[in-house]
Amino acid sequence: MAWKHCDKAQRSKFWLIHNGAVRRAVASWSPSRYRSLYSTDNPVNKLALQMQHIRKTFPGVIALDDVSFTLRTGEVHILLGENGAGKSTLMKILSGAYQKTAGEIQLNGQAVEIKSPKHAQELGIGIIYQELNLVPQLSAAANIFLGCEPMRFGLIDRSAMEREASRLLNELGIEIDVRRPVQALSIAAQQMVEVAKAISLNARILIMDEPTSALTEHEINELFARIRQLKATGVSIVYISHRMEELFEIGDRVTVLRDGKNVGTYNIADVTKAELIRLMANRELTNQFPKVRAPRGEEALRVEHLSRDGTLHDISFTLYRGEVLGIAGLLGSGRTELARAIFGADKIDSGQIYRNGQLQLIHSPQHAIHSGIGFLTEDRKTQGLVLALSVKDNVCLPNLNQFARFGVVSNSAENRAAQSYVNELRIKTPSIRQQVVNLSGGNQQKVVLGKWLCSRAEIFIFDEPTRGIDVGSKAEIYEIINQLTAKGVAVLMISSELPEILGMSDRILVMHQGRINGEFMAEDATQEKLLRCALGE
Amino acid sequence: MKSKELLIHYGRQFGTLAGLIVLSLVLWILTPHFLTVSNLLNVAQQTTIVAIIAVGMTFVIITAGIDLSVGSVLAVAGVVMATLLQKGVPPVLALLVGLGTGLLGGVLNGLLITMGKLPPFIATLGMMSMARGAALVFTEGRPVSGFSDAFRWIAVGEVLYIPVPVIVMLLVYGIAHFVLTRTKLGRYTYAIGGNEEAAILSGVNVRLYKTLVYGLCGMLSGLAAIILTARLNSAQPIAGMMYELDAIAATVIGGTSLTGGEGTVLGTLIGALIIGVLRNGLNLLDISSFVQQIVIGAVIVVAVLLDMALKASRK
Repeated sequence: MAWKHCDKAQRSKFWLIHNGAVRRAVASWSPSRYRSLYSTDNPVNKLALQMQHIRKTFPGVIALDDVSFTLRTGEVHILLGENGAGKSTLMKILSGAYQKTAGEIQLNGQAVEIKSPKHAQELGIGIIYQELNLVPQLSAAANIFLGCEPMRFGLIDRSAMEREASRLLNELGIEIDVRRPVQALSIAAQQMVEVAKAISLNARILIMDEPTSALTEHEINELFARIRQLKATGVSIVYISHRMEELFEIGDRVTVLRDGKNVGTYNIADVTKAELIRLMANRELTNQFPKVRAPRGEEALRVEHLSRDGTLHDISFTLYRGEVLGIAGLLGSGRTELARAIFGADKIDSGQIYRNGQLQLIHSPQHAIHSGIGFLTEDRKTQGLVLALSVKDNVCLPNLNQFARFGVVSNSAENRAAQSYVNELRIKTPSIRQQVVNLSGGNQQKVVLGKWLCSRAEIFIFDEPTRGIDVGSKAEIYEIINQLTAKGVAVLMISSELPEILGMSDRILVMHQGRINGEFMAEDATQEKLLRCALGE
Repeated sequence: MKSKELLIHYGRQFGTLAGLIVLSLVLWILTPHFLTVSNLLNVAQQTTIVAIIAVGMTFVIITAGIDLSVGSVLAVAGVVMATLLQKGVPPVLALLVGLGTGLLGGVLNGLLITMGKLPPFIATLGMMSMARGAALVFTEGRPVSGFSDAFRWIAVGEVLYIPVPVIVMLLVYGIAHFVLTRTKLGRYTYAIGGNEEAAILSGVNVRLYKTLVYGLCGMLSGLAAIILTARLNSAQPIAGMMYELDAIAATVIGGTSLTGGEGTVLGTLIGALIIGVLRNGLNLLDISSFVQQIVIGAVIVVAVLLDMALKASRK
């Protein structure tokens, strides 16, 4: 049955193996064979991939606008850009997860339409995600051949599978027991299992998304050695990373994306770190942020030496009434973890939190809500709302004690409150009884806002307040933030969008690898400064 | 509430109700005995036990959980109460201990799930076996029989020609409906099942309320044990076998989603009645109990298939 998933070449390959012609089959498959097949006299100039004028739109958003990208045979091409610049979208188009809206893709000079991830695989394009795509309980061998298991007499031929897997991994310079479940392997080894899997599927183009983010120094060096080895066999690699030092070590060329556009492709030797950062950051600042400054009031929240094993290290800051404190940082820098720790959703290992100068022990969201903190999570659908419940039920969920006596909820009081927030926030819904799943993203976000307005929170933590909502609703959310600060509410705003951080904050903290790496007053900050700080400079 | 909203909120129940009515009409045509007062009361009487258990099951399933131990907890509660009755403990106290035993079983389930972080299926599967074993050990495998007429009145008595168990059942459904729609416990039950993470981040004490829901489910098993013991004039350690499946079936036919977050007890009542009417009708038609199992299984499957098709068409 598993054969159905494999192409003909692979079938015959295993057929050969099982008919004794092991050596021939393996020889025809090894990197040395690749070299003779694919390399040309001047491999550097041969293009393995051309993506031209690629355009991708989502409803209301242009994710990629006329992006061209080429990949030479045997090169490591770095793809650089801020969060949301379009790197993942471009790579998802290449790996078949998304369909482009317009543009052309050529592989080795031939135009192709990449229809699905499966199809991309058949075309020799492999992708290794940051979160590895392995079945943790299965062995390395089983993972490598998942869906393409060598069969004999209708059963999986384990020994052939394990033999092949060891051989593949050995060629990559990895010595592991391929029978062990991959969850017992180090992250670096798991990554190599993924690489081996891609190679076993004849990948000629490998996309690596932040491959070093979970590796130690030593493992990174190992990985780079493997990458160089792959290059030598003519495999072309698209390498996505934020770590500037690495780029210069492993890259041949670099392409910078910004706001869905290609803002430049360079030989790595021809650019400097500073130039790259400038290219990434130099976004147009339009006046879409109706920031109104409120006078800074008294201290609302003070965090001292907050640490959580592995994610947050010795975080200290003070938040004042009436101010918006922006928190910038790359994905994985600990921004959301910080918000969750303050809100009591995750345990902290050490550190103190003071509210209005008083030490507070916040062990759970209940405590946080009780001490006047509201948290608008980054993902409304999985964390902020109960989608199947009505607008009214969601608005009232953290606040039932206001409306309940002896555990019985007063419907009329609830309805009045919910209706007033629907009016105040201009939530577009036919009725407060409408299930929130039927509302648009912007209106859903307003329902979450309504929850915390209703709870009379004095500190609002916004995690990506405008992610995935339309321009009109964005402006309304900013307007609401202004109204909040005017009333003396303190706002902590996490955002991946630097213009948003710059446009709405009074003060900005920048996080890098679980630490606060810098603090700026909004008027002194620029995108470039923030980005440099977020990159650990 | 406007009629359109009524339809959206209770549309699923109208569908189930229509099924019940069609089923009753068919049986009325096929057998004249079906639509007699005595037979209908008989159906109601026979439905009470499973219907009461199914209320607790509905709460549990709305939280996206499951309770496989209801039948076994019923048996333990029954034999404990019966033994106390026979030892001459005042009946009111014995009944309270019976309810308390059920509550305890349920709370233990809840603690295993919330504090022990076990999946509900596993926790209650373990409880199903442990409680059954406890009932057998406690009675050395023998039934505890013979009670006062006063106690038996709970099962055989009538008020205004309506059997007492039917009144108890209707009371339970009335209260449960109120709890689900009008109280914090009810709202949190839906919120936990709909999105546990969002509930936690909204400050809902999810552990407490989940434990309460399982406790409630256990207590209702205790209540069912009282009625069953009074009816049979005997508490059996092997009572309530497979009741969990009937209760789950009634809940699911009634439109409660196993993925949690939605469901009503009114739907469950109709679901329990459908199973009861079906059994009764098949008996009247002299269809063997072997075939009955096939029919009831098919009804469960068809009901859920219809439900899914309906939901898909609405989206």
